[in-house]
Amino acid sequence: MKGESLSRLYWQRFRKNRLSIAGLIIVSLFFFIAFFAPVLSPYAPQAINLKEILQPPSARHFFGTDSLGRDLFSRILWGSRISLSVGFVAVGISITIGLVLGLISGYFGKKVDTLVMRFVDIMLCFPAFFLVLAIIALTKPSIWNIMVVIGLTSWMGVARLVRAEVMSLKERDFVLSARAVGCSNMRIMFRHILPNALSPVWVAATLGVAGAILLESALSFLGLGVQPPTPSWGAIITEGKDNLEIAWWLTLFPGLAILVSVLGFNLLGEGLRDALDPRAIMGKRDEHFLLPG
Amino acid sequence: MKNYIFRRLLSMIPMLLGISIITFAVIHLSPGKPTDLATSLNPKVSLEARQRLEKLYGLDKPLYIQYFDWLKRMLRLDFGRSFTDGRKVIDKIAERLPVTITLNILSLLIIAGVAIPLGVIAAVKQHTFLDRFTTIIVFVGFATPSFWLALLLMYLFGVKLGWLPISGLYSWQFSSLSLGGKILDLAKHVVLPVFVASFGGLAGFSRYTRSNMLEVIGRDYVRTARAKGLPERVVIYRHALKNAILPVVTILGLSLPGLIGGSVIMESIFAIPGMGRLFYASVMSRDYTVVMGILTIGAFLTLVGNLVADILYAWVDPRIKYS
Repeated sequence: MKGESLSRLYWQRFRKNRLSIAGLIIVSLFFFIAFFAPVLSPYAPQAINLKEILQPPSARHFFGTDSLGRDLFSRILWGSRISLSVGFVAVGISITIGLVLGLISGYFGKKVDTLVMRFVDIMLCFPAFFLVLAIIALTKPSIWNIMVVIGLTSWMGVARLVRAEVMSLKERDFVLSARAVGCSNMRIMFRHILPNALSPVWVAATLGVAGAILLESALSFLGLGVQPPTPSWGAIITEGKDNLEIAWWLTLFPGLAILVSVLGFNLLGEGLRDALDPRAIMGKRDEHFLLPG
Repeated sequence: MKNYIFRRLLSMIPMLLGISIITFAVIHLSPGKPTDLATSLNPKVSLEARQRLEKLYGLDKPLYIQYFDWLKRMLRLDFGRSFTDGRKVIDKIAERLPVTITLNILSLLIIAGVAIPLGVIAAVKQHTFLDRFTTIIVFVGFATPSFWLALLLMYLFGVKLGWLPISGLYSWQFSSLSLGGKILDLAKHVVLPVFVASFGGLAGFSRYTRSNMLEVIGRDYVRTARAKGLPERVVIYRHALKNAILPVVTILGLSLPGLIGGSVIMESIFAIPGMGRLFYASVMSRDYTVVMGILTIGAFLTLVGNLVADILYAWVDPRIKYS
């Protein structure tokens, strides 16, 4: 009963902002495309047709064709699956690590806290892209490695967020009463504190998907990500860049796909933040913008 | 103040140690050995030769000994020799580093110089068309993949319009140009990379300045200044801006790792001989010693950047007493 009215309140706040709604629509569309890519795409993404190479956009090929005659529209539709799965798995990993470390750090405090937070500080010293690149280079470039590596190098923000939340929550009465009835530390952490610390995590996760999609595209662009012929948006741009002068569509459309989907997740994340935490309307809320990949 | 700087410098020591441990762990715990490229990928190399090679690089010793050996050498700034051409890693980095640092400082200056006024204007004119317009630009700017933007601009200004060169730092006739010509030539080469590198940051910083400014404008001392009858210009630029800008200084320092990391893409696309391109090349050829060296130096630069930002912050804000 209460849960329902609370989520209605969130929804009312959320839909007030037209940009948030735009974000929701873009993200829903993105899911729809990724899910129905096999049905929606007019051609097979890998189908080579040497009779129709480097065709400009037309009614037959909405976004034109590449140097092997593959239909760019179909490849971009299929590419959404790569971006979406990398985004979600990578963020799943980083959220898990961040949650656990943040919980431990905030809950136990003192030396544990110092240790974990120093670790976070040190990890943040590395230019993220350098770290990711180094690890990827030492392993074999594949979609799985990319997911894991992006996840392993992007949990620090979540850890800080959760820690701050836990530190304020653990002084509350409900935690005290849980302890009074003899709950174990584990139970208090995961059953009592964690559910109450989640709302900023949802925001961070949504924004994190956007970041992971950007990072994956950059890695695939450099040839260290998803390997051809799998249609990843970044890799499509790499394949098209040598023909930029005669086939602009090979560069323009995949880039737009990245831009729009990242924009969607960012707008959705910002909208969620405004809806879940109205106090955060000003001040530090824009900080995530400052540390791009 | 001196005391504060000294303490901050001391606190860098454990951080540096941590950086070295993570660098070492990243390289040595991942599958694949540094000598793989020269050995297992090359069927002609015998097992014996491989072991000789591993011994040469100390790869046969236990990990912790390798770490301490590496650390000891690093303290003397000896990062070893490159696997690919045998040159000293420190030399290879030293000749590339100035390029990357100069480009990043230029980008930072542009970010600060454009984003701060933009953010102030957006805040002062809150809820106007201008404010909404910058908000949308910020979101779009942040979602734009930098490598893609670089390609499009290269195509537009380099190929289509032919106004700007698209690769390298100098033209081939650079040495025969006059001083003014040289400066112009360099400027033409760096304008696109620097613009693209600062693009993402521009969006973020104008947004951040805006929200700081909005917060400050709502404060009592700004109302007091207005109530005294000061002109709006003085209220905004003397009373509000000074306070709003402080956190921005720190954040500029924090954006350094992002910029340095981004130099990999920028320098690869524009064929600029900087550290980012060296890093990419080393990663591709699995040149471990160079990769380790650059990772360490990149993290060190970030650490120094944060330190400088903190000191600047303490220096410009008299309210903060570090004792």
